[in-house]
Amino acid sequence: MSTFITYLIPGIPVGCVYALMAVGLVLTYKTSGVFNLAFGAQAYVSALVFYLSVESLGWPIWAGALVAILLVGPLVGVALDRMLFRHIRAAPSIVKLVVALALLIGIPTTMKLLFGNATRLNPPSIVANASQVYHFGAYYVSKGEIVTVAVTVVVVALLGALFRYSELGLHMRAVVESPRMLELAGVNADRVGTFAWGLSSFLAGLAGVLLAPLFSRVSSLDFTTLLVSAIAAAALGSLTSLPLTLLGGLLLGIGQAVLTGYLPLNSVLATGLRPAFPFVVLVLLLLALPGLRGSMEVIDPLSGCDPPPPPLAASVRDPRLDRVARIGFPVFVAAFVLSAMTWVPSFWVFILTQGIAFSIIFLSITVLTGMGGQISLCQASFAGFGAFAAGQLAMHLGLSVILGALVGAVAAAVLGALVALPALRLGGIALALATLAFALLADNVLFPLGWLGNGTTGVSVPRPVIGSISFAGTRAFFLLALVVLAACSAVVIMMRRGMTGRYLAAIRGSELAASTVGINVARAKVMVFALSAGLAGIGGVVYASTQGSVSPTDFNYFFSLVFVVLVVTTGVKTVEGAINAGMAYVILQQLLSYIPNHPAWLHRFSGIEILLFALGALGYVIHPEGMVEFQKRFWTERIARMLDRRGGHQPSEGSGLGGHGEALLEGKAPDGWRPSEGGGLGLRGGAAGLDGTQG
Amino acid sequence: MKQGLRPSAVVGRGDDASKRNSDKPLLQVDSVEASYGPYKALFGVSFSVAEGSAMALLGSNGAGKSTVSRVVSGLIPATSGRVIFAGQDVTGLSAWRIARLGLAHAPEGRSVFASLTVLENLQLTFRRSLGKEAVGDALAAAFSEFPRLGERQSQLAGTLSGGEQRMLALAKVLAVPPKLLIVDELSLGLAPIIADEVFERLDAIRSRGTSLLIVEQHVGRALELADRVVLLFKGQVSYEGPVSELGDLAHQVLPTQGSPAAGEQDT
Repeated sequence: MSTFITYLIPGIPVGCVYALMAVGLVLTYKTSGVFNLAFGAQAYVSALVFYLSVESLGWPIWAGALVAILLVGPLVGVALDRMLFRHIRAAPSIVKLVVALALLIGIPTTMKLLFGNATRLNPPSIVANASQVYHFGAYYVSKGEIVTVAVTVVVVALLGALFRYSELGLHMRAVVESPRMLELAGVNADRVGTFAWGLSSFLAGLAGVLLAPLFSRVSSLDFTTLLVSAIAAAALGSLTSLPLTLLGGLLLGIGQAVLTGYLPLNSVLATGLRPAFPFVVLVLLLLALPGLRGSMEVIDPLSGCDPPPPPLAASVRDPRLDRVARIGFPVFVAAFVLSAMTWVPSFWVFILTQGIAFSIIFLSITVLTGMGGQISLCQASFAGFGAFAAGQLAMHLGLSVILGALVGAVAAAVLGALVALPALRLGGIALALATLAFALLADNVLFPLGWLGNGTTGVSVPRPVIGSISFAGTRAFFLLALVVLAACSAVVIMMRRGMTGRYLAAIRGSELAASTVGINVARAKVMVFALSAGLAGIGGVVYASTQGSVSPTDFNYFFSLVFVVLVVTTGVKTVEGAINAGMAYVILQQLLSYIPNHPAWLHRFSGIEILLFALGALGYVIHPEGMVEFQKRFWTERIARMLDRRGGHQPSEGSGLGGHGEALLEGKAPDGWRPSEGGGLGLRGGAAGLDGTQG
Repeated sequence: MKQGLRPSAVVGRGDDASKRNSDKPLLQVDSVEASYGPYKALFGVSFSVAEGSAMALLGSNGAGKSTVSRVVSGLIPATSGRVIFAGQDVTGLSAWRIARLGLAHAPEGRSVFASLTVLENLQLTFRRSLGKEAVGDALAAAFSEFPRLGERQSQLAGTLSGGEQRMLALAKVLAVPPKLLIVDELSLGLAPIIADEVFERLDAIRSRGTSLLIVEQHVGRALELADRVVLLFKGQVSYEGPVSELGDLAHQVLPTQGSPAAGEQDT
């Protein structure tokens, strides 16, 4: 028993730390409906400011803490609310999640841009003599730990009181459901929202400054990993109950500490299960707690005040432009292929091949998010899984890489279905969280295994040989990759045009309505998830084969987040959106790598493509259809108008906005509202899109 | 729920209204246009509601009734035109400012917070408009008037039946009588007997000095209560005047009246 308590005691302050973050998450979720994945990044900002003001500027501890917690923390929250979240208050929770994702990857990059990338060791503690130890009988507790526990308990108690007894608390709970209805009650919903963000962001700052000394350095990654533990704790409180969240955090911290104590060192369980413990708990909780699934979304009865989503560019395109595209697209593709085969330097052909590989991976997001309406945060893990499978088969069984790719794709698809089966009951945010947990599980437990990802060494994946034709050459492999991309695109387009696409569109609109007309929602969802995972697997193999080898770091969870943000930026509904994203990703990265290393400040810009994509995804707030898609529609409409003016004849039906308005009043849906038949058009339009990213 | 017009009652109301209309209008809507994104819904709507009167806003599906009420309460901005309420130009004001001027709006569908309890729903309104001290009395009054709500005060409002939700919406209004109450499709989806009760409450609210703007597809009940009518057709006013002079017009313009299709949303 006494050993148990010895293991248990250090778990309590860690659990409090989890709880503090988790309470911040719950607060944000309760008051804004945003599942704020960027909470860890916000904590990191305050921790960094605290470190810099104390260590670099030499301020006294109290001044640094004051600025970091009371000034920077709330200011970040208020700024986020004013600039972003205020405008999507009535949006579906998936939209909010994407914006939070963009922040999660954008904020640390911004900090790096502002303050440089130096390693910051030994963060100071807010508590003087934090390591001073007190004895309680046979047990030891440090002063820092006591302060952490005390602060957590006080914060949770104060927040609980605020929610339960104050008018502001009532308003904060009401504003999530319907800001407009709260306004009708005479309450300034914007101010309530801003206050809630300031408060939760203050908590992030407090957590950041308190937690920083737990790690040996100030790094945004530590905070993100910490966040997943916090999510597990928040899940235990069903994202609503503060006391249960506190309890969840404590149980998690203690559970982890006790597990560490009892498991033999260096065993697979100790090295694998211990870091994965919170994720395993999270997945189990998501599956076991019914409250988490049902109560997650209350629909705003006043959402009808928002304008309907704009139609896809392809569906409003003038027939004359269609003709141009029909000729222009093959010409463009031919020119592209011809250039790549002849005068483009082979290094750039290599880069373009990488782009093709990413395009295939991104197609999996087009399928899952664009068509299926779900968000998965483990697409990179599926890609890695496919690549490892192909590599291992080639290495041990001498299987051809082409066959290996197929096996890898099927394996990824099966894995996808396995993830989807339990996740089916979730959907929405819960699904996103479950997949994030799976991604971290894969990173920590699956990929280090020798027979799969082979740890840091990785797996070599050769270029394929078909019969006597070898695709080892850069240009030859480029062609092969292009063919694979075309095939995958064709599958996606055919699926969208066929019954499955219609089913998915129906499910996206309303699962209930879809099931009442006889659509097997569960089957459709598993299928789309499996197909998406399979596509990611193929993309992973193509990428690995391009590189010649692949290691788990190529496909860790962070890439999954970046991928989603990227595709959302360019347009999640069209095939060309995925291709644009793939090309933009590699080309921008390559161009930015030419930035010289000195002067030192210039080097800060090296990772900036992430920030650009994050900014693009923030544009989601204004144009939920994606920036590229928005531009495309803007220009097709504009060109159509120009043609009309020049040609002097009447605008064709449904191409002008006036036409839509009339149609609406007649009580029939305007042309653009029909489910898009634009799958093929999307690819055809790729000509213009690709041009844009390369030029 | 077919309900014919009752001629005698209608004439009586009409006379009544002509007296009231000499007062300065409480609400004046002046050539208002509005759209949802690129889709235009209102093309220059003008009408006015006199103080103490009840105005019925009628029209078929998609005529723009809900849009008019949303523009008036500030939920949707008018792209042109003006809205004047209680002598003040409220065009472009936020919804919460307009609400504080004494305009209450029970929007179509659910108009209570489903994730708050019945008690909290009432507290939310009472605490802001009456102050913390008066909340207890107001709650007691509301629960004595609506005993069902009293029984269910700790229940989430989302779990109430449709009729009970409307009663809750009206209970909020009854405690703090606004200058103008806009009710949007309040009888939608209710059993006739419940709908009757809702309209009785509306009459009671009106007798306490609140003007009404009743948005309805079910013409019968609305016309019984109202003294003037605005008919909307394709985002424009096709008739404004006393109920007594409406005559057959309503039947011509409202093809869906009393038909099952009347239950659909009209945005």
